[in-house]
Amino acid sequence: MATKPMRIRASTKDGVTEVKALIAHEMETGQRKDANGAVIPAWFITELTASHNGKVVLASEFGTAISKNPYLAFKFKGGAAGDKVAITWKDNKGETRTDEAAIG
Amino acid sequence: MNNQRRNVLKTGTGAAVLGALAAAGMIAPGIALADWNKAAFEAKSMADTLKALGATQPADSKDVQVTGPDIAENGAVVPVGVTSAIAGTTMVAILIDKNPNALAASFKLPEGTEANVQTRVKMGQTSNVYALVKAGDKFYMATKEIKVTLGGCGG
Amino acid sequence: MVNPQKYIVLALAATLGSLPLGASASDKLLDGINEYREALADGNPSELVAAEGEELWKTPRGPKNASLEKCDLGLGAGVVKGASAQLPRFFKDTGKVQDLETRLMTCMETLQGLDPKAVVEAKWLKGEKEKMAALVAYVVTESNGQKIKVDTRHPEMKKMYELGKLAFYYRTGPMDFSCATCHGDQGKRIRMQELPDLRTQEGAAAGWGSWPAYRVSNGQFWTMQHRLNDCYRQQRTAEPIYGSDVTIALSVYLAATANGGKVVTPGIKR
Repeated sequence: MATKPMRIRASTKDGVTEVKALIAHEMETGQRKDANGAVIPAWFITELTASHNGKVVLASEFGTAISKNPYLAFKFKGGAAGDKVAITWKDNKGETRTDEAAIG
Repeated sequence: MNNQRRNVLKTGTGAAVLGALAAAGMIAPGIALADWNKAAFEAKSMADTLKALGATQPADSKDVQVTGPDIAENGAVVPVGVTSAIAGTTMVAILIDKNPNALAASFKLPEGTEANVQTRVKMGQTSNVYALVKAGDKFYMATKEIKVTLGGCGG
Repeated sequence: MVNPQKYIVLALAATLGSLPLGASASDKLLDGINEYREALADGNPSELVAAEGEELWKTPRGPKNASLEKCDLGLGAGVVKGASAQLPRFFKDTGKVQDLETRLMTCMETLQGLDPKAVVEAKWLKGEKEKMAALVAYVVTESNGQKIKVDTRHPEMKKMYELGKLAFYYRTGPMDFSCATCHGDQGKRIRMQELPDLRTQEGAAAGWGSWPAYRVSNGQFWTMQHRLNDCYRQQRTAEPIYGSDVTIALSVYLAATANGGKVVTPGIKR
C-alpha cells in the first residue's frame, strides 16, 4: 500500500515558527464493521515526529481517536525562512513516511 | 502482528527511509521509534488511562486549557487542542472521557516547543474533553465539555 | 475551568427572562456550530486530494503518454487558474455544454487517448473516478476566491439552463420529491443542517460555490457529479448517468443562478 504525501506548511514570525500539517491516513478505529458485518481492522498512525533542521521539535503518539487525514498545528522557537521542517509517521502496520517542507 | 511489524521495519522501505534519515542526522531514531504507550492507549476509563500515563491525581489548573468549539456538528472531526501556561511543560495529552479508549494523543515537547498543540479528534458522543499536562514531575489537568450532534465512530 | 463568557450568558438569560427562550438557545447553538466550522476551514483535508490531482495533471498517462497540462478548460490550453469558476460553458470543439468533469474526460480522451467510459463506469471514489476526483480537487482549488461567472448567452447554454430549471422542479420517485422540495424555501433545515434556497442567488451561491467539497462525516472528497447523483439517490429515484445532460443542465441552472457569488471550493461539509 503506497503512502500518500503530507501537506506541511511552516511559517515564522517574531522568532516563532508555526507548523501546520495535514497527513493522509485512514485512521481506521477497528470498531467499525463493513457491509458484511466483519470488523474492519484498526489501521492508524501510532507515532509522529516533527523535526527542524534535524532536531526533534515534537514527538507525538496517536490513538485511534485521531480523525481520518490527521491535522496537527504546533509552534516552536527559532526557525528561519528556508529551514527544513520534516515530519515522519509510523502506523500500526509498520508503514512509515517522511515528508519535508521549507519554512516560508 | 508485532512480529510482522518488526519484519517490515527491519527489511522494508520504511526502515530504509528512517535509517537514511537517521544517518543524515534528520531524526533521532530513539525518539522517532519511541515505544508507543500501548497500555495507555488501550486503557478504557479515565482512571486507568491516567494510571498508565503515570499521572496519579493530576491537579486542576487554570493555566491549562482545552481549546475547541462548544459544539461539534460531527463527531468524526472535532478540532481540539491543549495549551499550557505552566513553565517547563514537557508533555501534553488529550483525553476524551466517553470514548471507548480515553486517550486520543500525547505530545512530548522538547525545550523550545510551545505548549500549544492543536489537532482533530473523533468523539463518539458528547463528552468532557481533558487536557493533561506534565511539567517537572507533576501533572495538571483541565476540562471542557464538547457537545456532539452526530457521533463520529459509527461511520 | 471558569469561563467568564458562560457566566455572562447565564446572567443575560436571567435578566432577559422575557425573551423567547427557544430563539436565544438556538442562536447560541448556531454560534457554537459556526465556531466549529471556522476551526475546520483552516487545514481542509481536500488539500491532500488536490495535491494528488496536481501530480496526476502533470503526469503522462494513457496510450498517448501525455499529461493534461495542455487541457483547455475554457480559458485556453493549460489555464487552470479561475477556470472552474466559469464552468459549465459551451465548448466549440465538442459542440457541447460541459461541466468540469465532462470537460476533463474530453481532455483525457483527446490528449491522453483514455476512454471516458472507464470514468463513467467506475464506482464512486474508485479507479478512474478516484483519479477524476483528485483532478477536480486540484482544478477547483485554483478557483478558490474567484467570482462565479457563468456565461449563459450561447443558445446551447440557454437550452441547458431551461432544462436544468425543469429538472430542479421535476417531482418524481416514491416520495414525489423534486430538488425544490428541500431546496426551494427560505430558512429550511434538516436536523441542524441549514438547506440553502437554491432558487435565490444567495442560496445558489452558498450551495454551488462551496461544492465540490470534503465531507468530514465520511472523510471523502466529493465532486459535483457525485453530489448531484446523491441528491437523486436521496430523492429515491433513478440515479443519472455520470456526465449525462441532466446533470450538466442542473449545474448550469445552479451556477447561472449563483452568478456573482464567491467560489470557496473545495468546501468543507459536515
